[in-house]
Amino acid sequence: MEKTKVKKMLFILSKATLENVYAAFIMANGARMEGIEAEIFFTFFGLEAIQKKKLESLHTATVGNPAMHMPTMLGGLPGMEALATKMMKDRMEKLDIPPVGEFLELLSDSGVKLWACLLAVDMFKLKREDLIDELDDIINVGSFYARANEDGCHLLFI
Amino acid sequence: MKKVIANTTVECTEEGYLTDFGQWNKDIARAIAKEQGIELGDDHWKVIEYLQEKHQKEEALTIRGIKKSGVIDVKTFYKLFPGGPLKKATMIAGIPKPKGCI
Repeated sequence: MEKTKVKKMLFILSKATLENVYAAFIMANGARMEGIEAEIFFTFFGLEAIQKKKLESLHTATVGNPAMHMPTMLGGLPGMEALATKMMKDRMEKLDIPPVGEFLELLSDSGVKLWACLLAVDMFKLKREDLIDELDDIINVGSFYARANEDGCHLLFI
Repeated sequence: MKKVIANTTVECTEEGYLTDFGQWNKDIARAIAKEQGIELGDDHWKVIEYLQEKHQKEEALTIRGIKKSGVIDVKTFYKLFPGGPLKKATMIAGIPKPKGCI
């Protein structure tokens, strides 16, 4: 098996659009599948992905997203985001990419550490019980950096 | 390329995946596992059989598939094949390395 110098990947997820959440999840899962350690720090809007009540209703953005190849005004029409989101979710299901809640379980079982940002949790007035059971802890930025303090560790902001 | 595993010459990729499943047997599986630092037990064999079955049916192998398989849970899968479970397990099972990202 080829050896990689990457030993650990730390992801900071700051957004809650479906494509960003899945980017972080797929990269973290992919790291574990290669024998690389992985952790995700959920901050600001990224926290939506670990809130029990919100995680299954994340959307993909149709406005302000040039890759959607549709006029901005059209993307803003009622139902457009829901339609684009449904299409994306259907395609993901076909590729065996799990929905957000199941994906979080998978990540946790795979040994991915999941952290919530203390400042953002306070800012959005969230409680521990609002967040998924698989969450490892609510920590501050300093504690997260401390986890990066080793050779072969990379940080990625999404 | 050719490689000698368990006193048998087999065809395999540079990474060590057998290219002809017909050359696979349990001794070869044990030898590949040993190279990966794994001693095969009953649970390993269950996983190997499951992977081979899926491969025969030409179904894609994914970690989600493992989760849903009912054969093993994901935590145990990582424990049984530490450091890249699906890659290692498929190599030991004598089937190609999964191409997918998930």
